[in-house]
Amino acid sequence: MNRFAALIDALVFMPSRNGKIRLLVEHFATAPDPERGWALAALTGALSFREAKPAAIRELAATRVDPQLLALSYDYVGDLAETVALIWPERPERANSLPPSLDEVVEGLRAARRGQVIGLVEGWLDTLDSSGRFALLKLITGALRIGVSARLAKTALAEWGRAARPEVSVDDVEEVWHGLTAPYRELFAWLEGRAEQPATGSGAGFRPMMLSHPLEEEDRAVLDPAAYAAEWKWDGIRVQMVARGGERRLYSRTGDDVSGAFPDIVDHMSFDAVLDGELLVARDGVVAPFNDLQQRLNRKTVTAQMLRDGPAWVRLYDILFDGEEDLRGLSFVERRARLERWFEAVQPRRMDLSPMVPFTAWDELVALREGARENGIEGLMLKRRDSAYLAGRPKGPWFKWKRGALTLDTVMMYAQRGHGKRSSYYSDYTFGVWRGEELVPVGKAYSGFTDAELIELDRWVRNHTTRRYGPVREVEAGLVLEVAFDSVHPSTRHKSGLAMRFPRIHRIRWDKPAPEADRLETLAAMVVG
Amino acid sequence: MSAAHQSNQGGSNPDRPHPDKWIKVLPEGLYVEPGGFYIDPVRPVERAVVTHGHSDHARPGNRHVLATPGTLAVMRQRMGEGVGGSLQALEYGESLRIGDVAVRLVPAGHVLGSAQVVLEHAGSRVVVSGDYKRRLDRTCTPFEPVPCDVFVTEATFGLPVFRHPPDLGEVGKLLHSMALFPERSHAVGVYALGKCQRLITLLRAAGYDRPIWLHGALEPLCRLYSSLGVELGELRPATVAAKEDLKGALVLAPPAAVADRWARRLADPVVAVASGWMRVRQRARQRGVELPLVISDHADWDELCQTLEDVGAPEVWVTHGREEALVHYATSRGIRARALALIGFEDEDSEGIPEKAGEGEAS
Repeated sequence: MNRFAALIDALVFMPSRNGKIRLLVEHFATAPDPERGWALAALTGALSFREAKPAAIRELAATRVDPQLLALSYDYVGDLAETVALIWPERPERANSLPPSLDEVVEGLRAARRGQVIGLVEGWLDTLDSSGRFALLKLITGALRIGVSARLAKTALAEWGRAARPEVSVDDVEEVWHGLTAPYRELFAWLEGRAEQPATGSGAGFRPMMLSHPLEEEDRAVLDPAAYAAEWKWDGIRVQMVARGGERRLYSRTGDDVSGAFPDIVDHMSFDAVLDGELLVARDGVVAPFNDLQQRLNRKTVTAQMLRDGPAWVRLYDILFDGEEDLRGLSFVERRARLERWFEAVQPRRMDLSPMVPFTAWDELVALREGARENGIEGLMLKRRDSAYLAGRPKGPWFKWKRGALTLDTVMMYAQRGHGKRSSYYSDYTFGVWRGEELVPVGKAYSGFTDAELIELDRWVRNHTTRRYGPVREVEAGLVLEVAFDSVHPSTRHKSGLAMRFPRIHRIRWDKPAPEADRLETLAAMVVG
Repeated sequence: MSAAHQSNQGGSNPDRPHPDKWIKVLPEGLYVEPGGFYIDPVRPVERAVVTHGHSDHARPGNRHVLATPGTLAVMRQRMGEGVGGSLQALEYGESLRIGDVAVRLVPAGHVLGSAQVVLEHAGSRVVVSGDYKRRLDRTCTPFEPVPCDVFVTEATFGLPVFRHPPDLGEVGKLLHSMALFPERSHAVGVYALGKCQRLITLLRAAGYDRPIWLHGALEPLCRLYSSLGVELGELRPATVAAKEDLKGALVLAPPAAVADRWARRLADPVVAVASGWMRVRQRARQRGVELPLVISDHADWDELCQTLEDVGAPEVWVTHGREEALVHYATSRGIRARALALIGFEDEDSEGIPEKAGEGEAS
């Protein structure tokens, strides 16, 4: 447990992505089997055992610590696992007993019956130090939340694996991933060059998805319109539906299994195929604002009311497997024909085909794209007619061409320090627009400016600070930021009642007086649907 | 237990008035009426007794200042001409009569020169401890518990989540990180008075004998400590150093500087901060700290509780920090306890860190 705890601690504080990868690589290289496999499973959310409820942990702590002191401490720290890890009284007489290994903890929890978990945890807490207690409590409450995604862990695996197998990519790891289970001995053996690549598995594994590049102005000049097909880019989340051999899975773009949150889709996957599409919320075939879909994301389970209020829908883009047949090597045009044939034959419920957009010249598409303001359309996709379905983001075959961004002149209200290389700069800005005489915040952005502009912005923030709250500064209403964003939706979470999609700084209007910035009514008028 | 200890039980004896009759909280600070002086006043007063040199305790402009020779040296260094009218030194353990009060200064173990103020008047003994800690610190004289009737304590880390791990283990973390990232600078945020010199002595004790680079704001007090006999080894100014020289170097700077503009001169720095607050991960993360070092000049929860035990006072007044928990704890141990609403103290480890380099350790 100590090595795992040290890893968790180091990851918690490591600000940079590359630094995290370095820590993970180091762990895979030094921790033995099965420990490193359990660690990998914990980081990728693939461990399953009887979890302990936070309330039970709190109750347990209250048997060792004055409940009032516990409550005051929890108030102060704000995180239960951390509070209990720090406050747990160490018993000197236990100092010599050996803390459990990660293997013992995982195997103990997997074997535990209802009612036994807390007793096990109590015994372990007594032998661990505060880092170990923190790691244990994070593990058993089911959420590490330490800024490591499953994808990052797999990226680190591939990076580490390249020492013995220089050709390995993260997509190769993805390809075999879902055929495997923790503690992943055969995966480590393969990456160390001791064994063959594990079978992809006939199972309902995730296949790495094909991604696109943004279409730049200069690309359009050189691309031959006849070589490309166009279709709408829908504003939901990209998913992969896998129904193989009786198993059904719904995966996000990064390979996270989101089946549990979308039973209304999974229930209708009574076929044998792997499909690529866009997950949306739609009522009677009409796509609802992204905000409605948002209510259903990041949940492990779903309530009947959510199913009723925000029914899910999948708009199909592509077919990867039809039964056992791997179609990924076919051209886009051939796959599209197969998809249409398949759809005709199967007629799945809660799904439809994303229609193709016929065109002959780029100018036609420009007009269509600008006209498309209705819900659910984010822009256009251009796909080379002869392109195979390739893992990752190859340059050339697929382009996304988002519709023109909306823009708004806003006033900077707060600035916050960035992270990692930006930690000495105020680089995250909250901006607002006028409502009557007051400014109301409407969004936050931390991109869209150059390094040179960042230095200027940082200086401006420091010279115009009116109040400070920890890492946040409130600034004078004196700098206009022209913000670009994809769309705006009603939101109950924001004071202004509106939420922007993908806001970024478009231009810094050093020249424009703040009172001339836009008003909330202007933004409200941009809401569609 | 002292004789004074038993004298105070009733509290209504006119010959032995309860200390809250002669020690008062006034806007200027804690006022000892029969002596006509304030302890660590926040505004200029006629007579001040100063526990230690941190700038929220030692402020300029008092007409008459009484403190240990160490604290007076620190004050002269930091304030120059503004230090006050007359300065009077009182060695640890020596007694002095001021008005109707016997005053004694006893080591507090917080920073060089830091003292508890022991007050005796009308049959009662009150100890105002200032800031203190209980663990070993080579840069100052260790805390001495003094049995008393009323103990006035700080509560900076007055929650049981604050347990400072052993200092050498924390220094070990720093040395390990330096070995792991030999090409990077390690920038450690430390307060100018006390923490800086203590960290240096801890590093030296752990065998680190390379030069240590200092932000300009830390230099004067390091010189003062050296002149008073605290061995710090070779120190070099970081502010004028070449970036190349700072690769792999250990650089100390005020906490506000390590993750700010000043640090841009360093080679891909690992940002560390040495403070008791670093115990709470979320706090450390918010501050952009990559390497938190839990090293504090304040008593942790266990030390606070142990100290209440050691002084055996039947009554405790809790000043600055997280008073509520310590008052609750003391009460549950049968000690009368209450929070003293003193304003103007923000322990030097607090979040409200001054931005300007040179403002040392307090706001």
